Amino acid sequence: MSTQIQEQESEQEEQQQGESVPAQQQRRMDQKRERAADEERQRERVESSLDDEDTRTLKVFRYDPEVEGKKDPRFDEFVVPFRKGMTVLDALMWARDHYDSSLTFRHSCRQAICGSDALFVNGSQRLGCKTQLADLQNPVRIEPLPHQEVVKDLVVDMQHFYDQMDAVQPYFNDDDVPDGLEEQRQTRENREKIKMSTRCIWCGACMSSCNIAAGDNEYLGPAAINKAYRFAMDDREGEAMKQERLEILEQENGVWRCQTQFSCTEVCPKDIPLTDHIQELKREAVKNNLKFW
Amino acid sequence: MSQSYDRGLVEDFGRWRDFSAGMWAWVFHKFTGWVLIGYLFTHIAVLSTAIPAAGGDPSIYTNTLQGLEDLLVVRFLEVGLLAVAVFHILNGIRLLFVDLGVGLTAQDKSFYASLVLTGAIVVASIPTFLVGQL
Ligand code: HEM
Ligand code: SF4
Ligand code: FES
Repeated sequence: MSTQIQEQESEQEEQQQGESVPAQQQRRMDQKRERAADEERQRERVESSLDDEDTRTLKVFRYDPEVEGKKDPRFDEFVVPFRKGMTVLDALMWARDHYDSSLTFRHSCRQAICGSDALFVNGSQRLGCKTQLADLQNPVRIEPLPHQEVVKDLVVDMQHFYDQMDAVQPYFNDDDVPDGLEEQRQTRENREKIKMSTRCIWCGACMSSCNIAAGDNEYLGPAAINKAYRFAMDDREGEAMKQERLEILEQENGVWRCQTQFSCTEVCPKDIPLTDHIQELKREAVKNNLKFW
Repeated sequence: MSQSYDRGLVEDFGRWRDFSAGMWAWVFHKFTGWVLIGYLFTHIAVLSTAIPAAGGDPSIYTNTLQGLEDLLVVRFLEVGLLAVAVFHILNGIRLLFVDLGVGLTAQDKSFYASLVLTGAIVVASIPTFLVGQL
């Protein structure tokens, strides 16, 4: 689906020597108008070819701060042919390939493992490649993730999310590796305990759905706390590192910001019980500080 | 990095139409909690000024309360207060379970159950609160 359709019109700017500046300007304007008309014809051609097909309509958020005339956010409608098993990502790719090659969105694996295509689809954060068009109401409204800055069209700036993930130090500490050991084993039970938390694909859907993270940009957020859970609950983590981790989680912007709205748990495409993990860490934090014995 | 712009409704509570159960539970719990605090202060203010010790005559307490209860709007506010208190208590119990990590997968159902139970209790209370007024 991602193969590019051959451009019909060739866009060579044949430079005419000795042409006056207004004439050049005039020519550029003419070409621009022609291109717009071409695009319109192309759109009509594609749409009429779909006349007897089962179709879906996408309403896609468009915004490009670098192009004059696209600075104002708007919604573009794309009619795409519907096929059984088609995902939102498939539909977007079809629209890009047949209508407008400037339509911008991130994707890579197409199998819910790279985490690059979390989108706001019909009012909820979902992975484009894991969401069946058949399950959605028509027209399908596709927007970039809320609470992140939009770079262009459906692409948001994920840097803050990545920073929060890094803030919990998502790795084991070298000191925790016992000497003279070739492999460091984990019990089956412990593996089961952390299993779900290891599934995070860093898509950012959870963070985007969270009202608290929206209001407080410093809140670590569900994914980062889940990442901390993955290590703190792992038997192989050493005492000192676990303590350090709990201290990060206990601060003002850590676990206590969570108001148990469950929005993250509901949107997580990997079905990680995020609220569950955050709550367990809250209890862990309390136990860590309250010692009566 | 490119410049940003105000995405308005998507960026704040303007997307309330897309809220799920747990988000509503949170909004309602905040709201009812603060209404209860508001009521508590009003309650103390009214009662502490309507007792003989506040300088009135001995029947002032009875007169004040009877006067209030004679107002239809007060009767309705009482039903409202009950609704708010019952929801806060039921959802509060739900939240305590959530804090203990019990039944998290049923959190939406327990929220709906709180709502339904609140509704039922409020309806059942109407004869008591509104009798003699309607
Ligand atoms: C049996 C009765 C009650 C129960 C079980 C209960 C339970 C709770 C719980 C669990 C919370 C914390 C919510 C959270 O985790 O975010 C809470 C918050 C609160 N409660 Fe109650 N509560 C009760 C009665 C009251 C009363 C009588 C008042 C007022 C006088 C009140 C006022 C509040 C307020 C103001 C909050 C904070 C709301 C906020 O988050 O801003 N509660 N309640
Ligand atoms: S926890 Fe789930 S929703 Fe959040 S980033 Fe990881 S995979 Fe995405
Ligand atoms: S394209 Fe990789 S997660 Fe959707």
